[in-house]
Amino acid sequence: MGLRLDVQKRTEDYPKWLPAATSVGAVLLAFVFSGLILLSVGADPIRIYSFFWTASFGSWGAVSDVIVKATPLLLIGLACAFAFKMKLWNIGAEGQFYMGAFFASMVILLPMVDLEATPKVLVLGLMMLMGMLGGALYGFIPGILRAKYNINEVITTLMLNYIAVFWNNYWIFGKYSDAGFQMTKMFPKIAWLPRLSDFAKQYKGFSGITLHLGVIFGLIAAVIVWLILYKSRWGYKITLIGDNPKAAKYAGLNITRNIVLVFMFSGALAGLAGMAEVSGVVHRLQERISTNYGFSGVIIAWLAKLNPFAVILVSVLFGALIVAGREIQPSGVSFLIQGIILFLVISSDVLLKYTIRVVRTDKNGEIVQAKSAAVEEAE
Amino acid sequence: MTLQETTNEALAVEMKDITLRFPGVLANDHVNFTLRKGEIHALLGENGAGKSTLMNVLMGLYKPNSGTIIVNGKHVSFGSPKDAIASGIGMVHQHFMLVPNQTVTENILIGLDEPKFVLNIKKYDQKVRELAEQFGIQIDPTAQIWQLSVGEQQRVEILKILYHGAQILIMDEPTAVLAPQEAAELIETLRGMARQGKSVIFISHKLNEVCAVADRLTILRKGRATAEGISVEGITREALASLMVGREVIFNLQKKDQAPGEVVLELQEVSAVNNKNLPALRKVNLCLKEGEILGIAGVAGNGQSELVEVITGLRECTGHILLEGKEIANKSPQASISAGLAHIPEDRIGVGTAPNLSLTKNVIMKSYDHAPISNAWRVNYTAAGVHAEELKNQYKIQAPSIETQARKLSGGNLQKLILARELSSKPRLIVAMQPTRGLDVGAIEAVLDLLLEERSKGSAILLVSEDLEELLSLSDRVAVMYEGEIVGVMDQKEADINTIGLMMIGSLRGDPACPPAETRTQPTDLNEQGAE
Repeated sequence: MGLRLDVQKRTEDYPKWLPAATSVGAVLLAFVFSGLILLSVGADPIRIYSFFWTASFGSWGAVSDVIVKATPLLLIGLACAFAFKMKLWNIGAEGQFYMGAFFASMVILLPMVDLEATPKVLVLGLMMLMGMLGGALYGFIPGILRAKYNINEVITTLMLNYIAVFWNNYWIFGKYSDAGFQMTKMFPKIAWLPRLSDFAKQYKGFSGITLHLGVIFGLIAAVIVWLILYKSRWGYKITLIGDNPKAAKYAGLNITRNIVLVFMFSGALAGLAGMAEVSGVVHRLQERISTNYGFSGVIIAWLAKLNPFAVILVSVLFGALIVAGREIQPSGVSFLIQGIILFLVISSDVLLKYTIRVVRTDKNGEIVQAKSAAVEEAE
Repeated sequence: MTLQETTNEALAVEMKDITLRFPGVLANDHVNFTLRKGEIHALLGENGAGKSTLMNVLMGLYKPNSGTIIVNGKHVSFGSPKDAIASGIGMVHQHFMLVPNQTVTENILIGLDEPKFVLNIKKYDQKVRELAEQFGIQIDPTAQIWQLSVGEQQRVEILKILYHGAQILIMDEPTAVLAPQEAAELIETLRGMARQGKSVIFISHKLNEVCAVADRLTILRKGRATAEGISVEGITREALASLMVGREVIFNLQKKDQAPGEVVLELQEVSAVNNKNLPALRKVNLCLKEGEILGIAGVAGNGQSELVEVITGLRECTGHILLEGKEIANKSPQASISAGLAHIPEDRIGVGTAPNLSLTKNVIMKSYDHAPISNAWRVNYTAAGVHAEELKNQYKIQAPSIETQARKLSGGNLQKLILARELSSKPRLIVAMQPTRGLDVGAIEAVLDLLLEERSKGSAILLVSEDLEELLSLSDRVAVMYEGEIVGVMDQKEADINTIGLMMIGSLRGDPACPPAETRTQPTDLNEQGAE
């Protein structure tokens, strides 16, 4: 007599709600596991989690901070989801983010336009375009290498990340440094994205709220990505190439061109995130503007199962983890949770392919009867 | 061996009362199956009849809900194929399980305990070569898998399980991928193995072949055995067919006499190289007219795939290919499609469909970019769904819904899906490669009927098939390919299987194809680069 797991391959389609349910389940389970780890080192997980909650959602200021942190994650998560949909593993959003920030900053640092005479809307518009261009060009490189020479994009994008960081540092230290610090001079206000605190005179409650316009870019981008992927011809092509490139070629699609275009679009989204960060948050180009956003974006896209609207929710969760992590020592706790979340979400895919039940077995190890038909969160 | 005096010791496999239930389907319904030592036992049945399921039960891939399995007199309960292999059972699957970038020998060695650490590949190449010679199988052990034709890859699979020491071989539709001569060779090989005491389970749809190769046969229909281990002696093809499908199947094709019209496709001096950069097509001249079916016969690997690829825009070539007067050589697949080409590819899963996408998304693969399926940028999935639903009904595609993933369809339904998509574009030229391969009797008839219907509508059809009977009953003219050349073209009425067979093995040359038309432009230089 005993109990044993009975794993069977699914022969029918899984219910539509299951992917969402397994993702939510994985996140909850990640908190449970992290709690156990915290407990094992003598901390009180309940207290830590309640502290997490107040630190991230306890006040309007905190919520604003969370959304500000979520903004680059949202755009980068969308960038990754878009490329992943065609099974292009763009791990280079980090580099594309830095290049976007660099190109956008050039509008001010060169300067490209007369900063005294040009209306704010045009300056910001130009910064947006330059940011997207920078990211797109930086996405073009791995795109063309993959499309023409079949060079693995995981390797190229990963290496290009370092180049982008050092490229930025070179200009920050070598040419535009503010008194030798690892940052440029503060941009003039004309280059700042509008923030809620700008309207504190009219509305008292907005005082000190740093939420900036970038989040609107993110939301609009989510809608656009959704329209492209699920409604457009291009999205159909992307899905087809992603599922079976041979069939796509047979159907007359130009795979080379689509690889390059998808990479550039993905890069443009990451570049826009870079622009929003320099123009909306730090107001200058500086070292380490990204705290591994590019890699968090990979996790977010995966956690959201490449669904643009789910990316919004997940990036808010990750924004909250970052904000709360700042308030807590050691700050690694939020990374611990992030890591466990990713691990569990990826494992939870098993439940989409297999059904797992606990069954009772007799002496010979043969199954006696099913104990529960419900799918267990078994890993 | 007399068939009557069978004791249990003479049985290699005994499966009793096997029942396996999938959600909503009874895949095996109290099936009994016995395999004697040294016999070839055919397992017949339509697609979805439960043959593969039964064999997967024997291989330990599925656990039956009830029933017992006895291998060599011992009760067994395999947890995985590894256990089955350890008991001397090996299976050659319909879809090969080989690593494309490794050599034949390397593929054979996968999963073995030996060599342990250092690989002296030459020594094992020699072992493989000896084993191949012993069973009369021709293969170069140092070739990489991607360089081999489908037929050659199958030989690797067979060698692999022989090398792994299998005493019981399960062959899942082994001849589906072979040319007639190759099939005959295979049957000879299998007979030889049976004489040496190995037992073979031979899964097939092809009735003739079963009679030629098997000692006994078991027939499954809808999960039930309609014949259990009967002797093949004295049984007729018709009787087998009716046991298989439950009704008399007559290949009664409605082929009308009709005069061909204008020239639709013309190939002038077309040459191309294969994936190994060796000449695969040598100055091929062909022409094909409206309402005509031109059959291409030949042993697999004599340039048929490359011929199809140059016409469909998937391979570079020299010379000229004119579709309705438009040059399509060295353009793109898109150029061939918009010139009016429909292509029924050899590889239904790998090339013809996107397996994880829905039926709807699969049927719009070539019509997603114009009305009514889409406007300037947007795909109208409602219209696409209506279109898919229409095609599903018109072509009798059996699937739960149009949202079902293509990979969940059976072979016959998948082929109907591809035909539905290709034929609904009202093509001028249809290039069909092995359109009935691996299909059951009912589906073959449906596919052939559809092709004949297109012929009567005036499409030109290029049919590449290794099934000579099918080719002869369908085609108006038959061209034979040997080593990249058209060695003869004959009218269907004058063609006979023996002449074609001699041409296929290169010992006879007939009239060349269409006399080459005056070349309008100089052929461009032979491109040394093989296309992907």
